[in-house]
Amino acid sequence: MYETTYHRASSVDEAAALFAKGSEAKFLAGGHTLLPVMKQRLAGPSDVIDIGKIKDLIGVQLSGDTLVIKAATTYYDIMTNTDVKKAIPAISYLTSVLGDPAVRHRGTIGGSIANNDPAADFPAALISLGATVKTNKRSIAAEDFFKGLFTTALEDGEIITEVAFPVPEKAGYAKMRHPASRFALTGVFVTKTKSGDVRVAATGASQSGVMRVSAIEAALKSNWSASAIDGVTVSAAGLLSDIHGSSDYRANLVKVMAQRAVQAAG
Amino acid sequence: MGMEGIGASVVRKEDKRFITGKGRYVDDIKLLGMTYAHFIRSPHAHAKVKSIDSSAAEAMPGVVAVLTGKQIVDDKVGNLICGWAITSKDGSPMKMGAWPAMAPETVRFVGQAVAVVIAESKNVARDAAEAVVVEYEELQAVADMPSALKPGAPQLHPEAPGNVVYDWHIGDEAAVNAAFSKAANVVTLELTNNRLAPNAMEPRAAIADYDAAEEHFTLYTTSQNPHVARLVLSAFYNIAPEHKLRVIAPDVGGGFGSKIFIYPEEMVALWASKKVGRPVKWTGDRTEAFLTDAHGRDHISKAEMAFDADHKILGLRVKTHANFGAYMSLFSSSVPTYLYATLLSGQYNIPAIYAEVMGVYTNTTPVDAYRGAGRPEASYLLERLVETAARQFKVDPAELRRKNFITQFPHQTPVIMAYDTGDFNASLDSAMKAIDYAGFPARKAAAKAQGKLRGIGLSCYIEACGIAPSKAVGSLGAGVGLWESAEIRVNPVGTIEVLTGSHSHGQGHETTFCQLIAERLGVPISQVSIVHGDTDKVQFGMGTYGSRSAAVGLTAILKAMEKVEAKAKKIAAHALEASEGDIVIENGEFKVTGTDKSIALPMVALAAYTAHNLPDGMEPGLKETAFYDPTNFTFPAGTYICELEVDEATGKTSFVNFVAADDFGRLINPMIVEGQVHGGLVQGIGQALLEHAIYDSNGQPVTASFMDYAMPRADDVPSFKLSHTTTLCPGNPLGVKGCGEAGAIGASAAVINAITDAIGNNKLEMPATPDRVWHAIHG
Ligand SMILES: Cc1cc2nc3c(=O)[nH]c(=O)nc-3n(C[C@H](O)[C@H](O)[C@H](O)COP(=O)(O)OP(=O)(O)OC[C@H]3O[C@@H](n4cnc5c(N)ncnc54)[C@H](O)[C@@H]3O)c2cc1C
Repeated sequence: MYETTYHRASSVDEAAALFAKGSEAKFLAGGHTLLPVMKQRLAGPSDVIDIGKIKDLIGVQLSGDTLVIKAATTYYDIMTNTDVKKAIPAISYLTSVLGDPAVRHRGTIGGSIANNDPAADFPAALISLGATVKTNKRSIAAEDFFKGLFTTALEDGEIITEVAFPVPEKAGYAKMRHPASRFALTGVFVTKTKSGDVRVAATGASQSGVMRVSAIEAALKSNWSASAIDGVTVSAAGLLSDIHGSSDYRANLVKVMAQRAVQAAG
Repeated sequence: MGMEGIGASVVRKEDKRFITGKGRYVDDIKLLGMTYAHFIRSPHAHAKVKSIDSSAAEAMPGVVAVLTGKQIVDDKVGNLICGWAITSKDGSPMKMGAWPAMAPETVRFVGQAVAVVIAESKNVARDAAEAVVVEYEELQAVADMPSALKPGAPQLHPEAPGNVVYDWHIGDEAAVNAAFSKAANVVTLELTNNRLAPNAMEPRAAIADYDAAEEHFTLYTTSQNPHVARLVLSAFYNIAPEHKLRVIAPDVGGGFGSKIFIYPEEMVALWASKKVGRPVKWTGDRTEAFLTDAHGRDHISKAEMAFDADHKILGLRVKTHANFGAYMSLFSSSVPTYLYATLLSGQYNIPAIYAEVMGVYTNTTPVDAYRGAGRPEASYLLERLVETAARQFKVDPAELRRKNFITQFPHQTPVIMAYDTGDFNASLDSAMKAIDYAGFPARKAAAKAQGKLRGIGLSCYIEACGIAPSKAVGSLGAGVGLWESAEIRVNPVGTIEVLTGSHSHGQGHETTFCQLIAERLGVPISQVSIVHGDTDKVQFGMGTYGSRSAAVGLTAILKAMEKVEAKAKKIAAHALEASEGDIVIENGEFKVTGTDKSIALPMVALAAYTAHNLPDGMEPGLKETAFYDPTNFTFPAGTYICELEVDEATGKTSFVNFVAADDFGRLINPMIVEGQVHGGLVQGIGQALLEHAIYDSNGQPVTASFMDYAMPRADDVPSFKLSHTTTLCPGNPLGVKGCGEAGAIGASAAVINAITDAIGNNKLEMPATPDRVWHAIHG
């Protein structure tokens, strides 16, 4: 690790101010992406600003048809939260298959989406559920937030404060775990919104990060059932291909995971 | 057997310190004035080192020195050696390229060190390493054996034309040809044995401390065999004579073979410590472990088996290419030859065997012994081949095996090994019963009705352990004897120290070795301590690998113990005015049989040291040593059966049941044996389903972190059902065979046989990832 200066911020404003002062500052939430990268000297921030203890950034609120998860809430707290289980059990399930217990006790939803790993689980949930990302500056629709591999709409120094999920009629997630990292080799999140819209998002599959799967959406729109997807062909073009999964295998997984996600959604 | 004697599942004494964080590993040790080493490693798989500019680094505060490969060669530090000479078919010796501890001119694998920074702290060393400018001229690399063997392929070493280290063979080719010419059936299989990264939990580390006044070195290192390290460092590397070098291997967190070898980092630390006049510490990180710990396996083989019309095996022909990586590691040459091809008879009567093995250089990390070392490769090949034959003949794979089992002992195989004892039917029966083999077809049908593909796979392994009779291995080219030594010191107060040349790095010696003493003397194990891992304390030792610590190491302790007992009985007889022949040892007392006269061990010990009243002519003291050289290998064997289901839609495997029936001879501590089997099975399953060290075509490692190299986790493996059938090993007085590697040797074939059974396609390589299995099902 290169030398760095650690700060613990007690409010979002303080964090933003500290960021502005640092020459090359980074926010730290759960640290499960940032710290390994720093240890390998692939990142060398001048200042590390810990936002993980800011009270306003922790917690879950269910009000009416909106479930709000604050940015620095850990996966474990999301997984065990009763409002999450009640409103969108698929999110609770998603966190239960995310990483391992150590990752779940440290990692945060804000860190996950800010990092936008092409195999991370949460981006699929946000896209499928049509969530809104709120920052200290603005609101961004999930669709506009994720911009390809490890890139987002966030500006320098912008802090995610919360994610607002519209409560769906039904939603489900299914994931084939990467054998080594346990990220998604392919994960698919399916949602039937209260207005009857269907949105399907796949992670771990595409070379350009989380993606909508329109062919499956169309099939499910006319018939919300796993068998409706039987006839759909997912193209392997543009999908990731590596030692753990060739692109045709991943194309198959998109379909199979979508079917299992629909089954899970009920 | 007492409460703590042989056969008792005594809780491990050493675990208190391990689970309370009180273990003392090399990295826990801090010496006064210690400096820290950071190696500068090649990012290229094959390149010339054009220049190294360390001026900026040397000017940085806290930097003590930057040392290069050229300097280590100029100082005449020896090249790394390979300790087992193999002779090719044509009578020529194996062809080895030089391996300097740091590359002065040419680097041949990613991660090979070219220079080292010595600094006041780890971080300064790392900062400075980034300031060292190394200019490379990239050369074309070969990362796999087929490419390395192509005409016109880039050459690694001028000494080894065609990148071939040796082209060796064993067995009777003419007899095999004759067997095939009269065969009713021939079964053929081509397969690879995937390269593995050992991944001990503790990465390698070394601290070298040079004392200029005494011209003496101390090396703390993560070694499975500190005396072998001292011997090799002294005899070949020109670093220090043996009496001026103390090697200490304190607590070591796993080895699996990878810590047998003496690595460049230890040599450099010793050399650098003298150069800078301060202790030098190096602690590898996980990336360095992936890049530089000797890898395991990596074979490509073609095997053919000839059968008569009655399905009796007539002959076996095997051709194997073994990847050695860029350099010949310490025992690498023996692994695909004498540790592999000599086991190709398996549990079967095979009248004729002929095996050819070609050793190949590639621009990859060196390959050497890894848990099982050669025997997993043999067992996997043979057990897949026999299973393939059963499917081809449409006969029950258990019955085909049974028909060909060796049942008479001793049995001389056509490939050197002479099996002393065994009961292969007993372990097969035990495993079949445990898994309800007879009920499998019904279970398969029921699974099918649920849309699941269920399969069952057998693996009947045999291995050669208790390595090894010195004369025999010497005649085959080994550079060392493979006996073991022990010393027993009974202190004047009757407590006992056992000094052993075996080294424990997870095996539980501190418990099992005490159990032998408890068994013999009837004293509690709390009165016994085991001393190992320090060349200044232990007289000598060949270390721990090849499941040798019980069969060889513990037998040496027994031999020393017999001497101690004989002397103690004389002292007791003298004190009790009885005849020596009437003395028996019970519960820590020396008793005169048939009387109530006795003297307790502490009194005997005290008498030995006060020497006030010893038999005439007897030397004072109660301390004996022994060297024990085994007369044969030992032959643990058993049957593993795996039942699993494959998800047709994803290719994912899930275990239903896994049974292991082993014959390890006498068990000293069944609980520890169980732990060893569990660990071995997990490694075997890891190889079958998950693990694979991969390089791209330029020799860049693709799997140099846990994000890509899939280690088995608890939820990847089933709960195992273990059982034991026992034939006592006639070759050693304890009747033990060894249990450390069996799981890793036998498990892989059982898993792959089960998957191929489930999916109905035999064309499947390890690791059987969901991707590969899915393609095997769907094309
Ligand atoms: C072994 C292991 C397994 C894993 N498995 C999975 C898995 O299965 N699925 C999965 O999805 N992920 C997985 N992860 C990644 C894990 O979820 C990370 O924790 C997550 O990607 C980052 O969250 P964090 O809170 O740890 O962020 P940090 O590491 O603290 O930060 C990551 C990045 O996000 C930025 N950031 C953090 N919070 C904010 C914020 N509120 N506003 C703006 N920027 C912010 C930081 O500046 C940094 O650049 C795994 C990680 C590990 C180590």
